[in-house]
Amino acid sequence: MKENLYNYILGIADNSLILGQRMGELCGHGPSLETDIACTNISLDLLGQVRSYFQYAVKIAGDDRTEDDIAMLRKERDYKNVLLVEQPNLNFAYTIGRQFLFDVYHLAFLAELQKSKDLTLSAIANKCIKEVSYHERFSSDWVKRLGDGTSESKEKIQEAINDLWTYTDELFHQTKADKAMVLESVGVDVTKLKEDYYKRVKDLLEEATLKIPDSKWFQKGGKEGIHSEHLGYLLTDLQYMQRTYPNMEW
Amino acid sequence: MNKTQQHIDPILIPILEQVSDPEIPVLSIMDMGVVRSALIINGVVEVEITPTYSGCPAMDVIGDDIEKALKNANYDSRIDLILHPAWTTDWITPIGRKALEEYGIAPPLEADADKEVLLNGKRLINCTNCRSQNTRLVSQFGSTACKALFKCEDCQEPFDYFKCL
Repeated sequence: MKENLYNYILGIADNSLILGQRMGELCGHGPSLETDIACTNISLDLLGQVRSYFQYAVKIAGDDRTEDDIAMLRKERDYKNVLLVEQPNLNFAYTIGRQFLFDVYHLAFLAELQKSKDLTLSAIANKCIKEVSYHERFSSDWVKRLGDGTSESKEKIQEAINDLWTYTDELFHQTKADKAMVLESVGVDVTKLKEDYYKRVKDLLEEATLKIPDSKWFQKGGKEGIHSEHLGYLLTDLQYMQRTYPNMEW
Repeated sequence: MNKTQQHIDPILIPILEQVSDPEIPVLSIMDMGVVRSALIINGVVEVEITPTYSGCPAMDVIGDDIEKALKNANYDSRIDLILHPAWTTDWITPIGRKALEEYGIAPPLEADADKEVLLNGKRLINCTNCRSQNTRLVSQFGSTACKALFKCEDCQEPFDYFKCL
């Protein structure tokens, strides 16, 4: 099995899986019917993308594991998502702030992944980027609305951005699999996305009349499987059915 | 003839035309442009379909329905989901666009116009009920992944718009 490629795919997919789960939590709990539907649609897009990645990973693994096994039956330490996407929905501003900080990265990442020498990954990226550009429109639009809205909405989105800022730097860290895949022109060199990312984020925050956090302390670890306390709780929800009724199928 | 339909055995077209999107029953999968190829190889029909949206649950159903329709016509089949090139709303045929509109879903605009409507609040979409262009975006995300929600400010009816992809 191509270990590095397998791990690389999981690294990409886990971000979408965990963020998809977080957005899915809002099903029936969104602040308005329209935003509720938007959040769950984003969740559905992300989950669909995850299926494409995991179906490919299963092929690479070449044993009897299935996409469901990969999604549902790993232990916490085996998930490779960044810390940002596992942060909880403390309020709508957090949900939007998290989505925005990830979407800007996701869009830039997929644009590069389209150029991958691996034809399956480039095809998936080509498909996903169309959907993610809708996500980014939605989240950046809401950052502006909240930032330039009432004093209360402004305070909440500013607090969310300030708190979540500490998780942004990890997006540009490279794992062993990342480095190996970059060398083979399969993977995206995320370090090169950093400058444009912060520029785009800062421009939008300014437009939203928000302050750009100046904290220089950044959290890391998710990509290596060292997660915040929130992931375990998320996984108990995500994995409940498969753990309770092993091998269950719809 | 569009790109998706270049490799379809003409014998199979009437069979495939019977299959429709479960969410949009008026739209056949041929008019939706999701069938990329359908060829009879050694007695087995090999069909390639491309998903509209990644998470669209209709794709599994469409695959099953194609298999059933072919079975009824005495063909065994194999369905493959392919991702490249990615599906685009440009592949919806003129017949498909008309069917959408009559069903109450405004068909997708050109990419640039789509952006103007969804991002800048331009009023370019015709209400499917009264044809007025005095229509307002309610939400970029609608009842299914492929649609946005609009409201007509003249007749006050809400309606779906098939997003450009």
